[in-house]
Amino acid sequence: MDATTRSRALLLAPALFILTVAASGPLLIVFVYSFLTPGDYGGVVWDFSTQAWFNVIAERDFFTEELGWADAHLAVFWRSIKLSLLTALLSFLVGFPTAYFIATRPRRSRDMWMLLIMIPFWTNLLIRTFAIMELIRNEGTINTVLIAMGLVTAPVQMLYTEFSLLVGMTYVYLPLMILPIYASMERFDFRLVEAGYDLYASRWQVLRRIIFPLVKPGVIAGSILVFVPCLGAYVTPRVLGGGKQIMLGNLIELQFGQLRNWPLGAALSLTLLVIVMVALLIYVRAAGGEEARHG
Amino acid sequence: MIRTMTTASALALLAGAASAEGSLNIYNWGNYTSPEMIEKFEAEYDVDVTVTDYDSNDTALAKLKAGGHGFDIVVPSGNYVPIFIAEGLLMKSNPNEMENFSNMDPRWVDVEFDPGREYTVPWQWGTVGVSVNTAVYDGDINTAAVIFDPPEELKGKINVLPEMNDVMGMAIHYLGGEQCTGDREVLRQVRDKLVEAKPNWLSMGYSTIERLANEDIAASINWNGASMRARIDNDDIAFGYPQTGFSIWMDNAAIISDAQNVENAKLFLNFIMEPENAAMLSNFARYANGIQGSQEFMDETMAQAPEINTPEELADAGYISKNCPPEVQKIYSQIWTELTK
Repeated sequence: MDATTRSRALLLAPALFILTVAASGPLLIVFVYSFLTPGDYGGVVWDFSTQAWFNVIAERDFFTEELGWADAHLAVFWRSIKLSLLTALLSFLVGFPTAYFIATRPRRSRDMWMLLIMIPFWTNLLIRTFAIMELIRNEGTINTVLIAMGLVTAPVQMLYTEFSLLVGMTYVYLPLMILPIYASMERFDFRLVEAGYDLYASRWQVLRRIIFPLVKPGVIAGSILVFVPCLGAYVTPRVLGGGKQIMLGNLIELQFGQLRNWPLGAALSLTLLVIVMVALLIYVRAAGGEEARHG
Repeated sequence: MIRTMTTASALALLAGAASAEGSLNIYNWGNYTSPEMIEKFEAEYDVDVTVTDYDSNDTALAKLKAGGHGFDIVVPSGNYVPIFIAEGLLMKSNPNEMENFSNMDPRWVDVEFDPGREYTVPWQWGTVGVSVNTAVYDGDINTAAVIFDPPEELKGKINVLPEMNDVMGMAIHYLGGEQCTGDREVLRQVRDKLVEAKPNWLSMGYSTIERLANEDIAASINWNGASMRARIDNDDIAFGYPQTGFSIWMDNAAIISDAQNVENAKLFLNFIMEPENAAMLSNFARYANGIQGSQEFMDETMAQAPEINTPEELADAGYISKNCPPEVQKIYSQIWTELTK
């Protein structure tokens, strides 16, 4: 081994260390734990078992002894996926016009607008979640105003519903949607829009046929960036869902805490990982196909 | 002998380089340790005390099992004490031979989780009952029906603590069983009852004091001390003891098996069995302690509180919370997952 090779190897070492030990190591532990037997008081017993994986989707009813689907788990999976998709959609509906607005401002004021988007993002997640709670609780700002204006007589129950989860997660992850869309739009040549109008395209046609196809990679990236953390959301469902609308993150926490079933918790975590990977594959497919068409 | 002593004092010098006479590291539930009492202990014995918080028995258990924590005292709940002992985490420090042991209420000496008190000393104890806003519902509140078969007035305004053992225990007793029962017929009824009651609940969360006082919720499964704090802010909040059975818990201070400051830890256990000091704990945390004679040092509000002093006619319905066997725990987990999904 000559000197250059050695120094190259040394320079690579930190990256390799991070990739093997810090990234794969913990994952490997989670993987191994998912095949062990739960200890009586938490922790694991080193006996091989596939019970945890089995229990992710199926369980034996304690009363009828019948084997059936693990309804509770499937319900939580479904809620997590549904709410994450809806959050991505809602963030898109709000984020796309916002990004368009910022991208069409004069160059100098754009940074100021971006800063305004980023400032809430620097605030602690818990604080932002509690701020939303203060707005939508029964004695909160929105209900107080609605009642004072005489629009409703009793407070509207918004907190502790799936609606509150959607609002909370959209608010929290919106910047992750705006940023990539804005990045695409900034590079977008707005003369194309003028050309479209010159050729008698309607505003809808310009948006759908010219702007949208060109910023689509940003939209897809934003959707993934919002969708993935939503799937594993823990704080928002806990604070705004009131413990009645739990999501995957809460279900996993339950296994490591009160229910003392670490292997099941590990298996559920890996299931979450698989869902995320499927979502990323779809993204790569969609983005890749796009590139091919333009190339 | 002399050599051991010099080694020991050299070690003590090294360990206590930055501190006064010595130090003591307490690992306890958050917002649960009277700062006033700690100052008194520090002054009396010239010991530096550090308090570190945890939020659940499971957290404390996991941390101590992992090792390398540096704590001397931990305060597990009674139902967790046997687990901590079985895991070898507690030192058999024999508090029953300490000077102030005679102050301990005999009721709390021969407890199932530590018979004769060889490991632990009472910290605080309380009950799990129901808090109800009596302006919203003025019927009988000494029943778990306000949660499981709620009257029309309370529907949609109920909170349930997300504590599996407390909720399961209350529901099992409500339907005529005993805590930790493995009777499948009873448990099936419990599951059906819980699932049926859930749509009437607004939330399953830990924060009850503020929400009861603000009237965001009108009823909740609750700890007695928390209920009292809500009542201080809102006169309408009352605490009910379910006649079918309510659980009694006790948190207990114990020395950790690999504690560094054993002598100071022993001084501390003896210290909190002194009525005046136990009263300081109660005045801060708002729960009863297990020390006789501490009543006269307590605040007026504490000594009179209906939440702290269980009415005589209901006292028999109380049962001391146990840790259920793993096979039963598994069924409870299934029901709990079904309930919280």
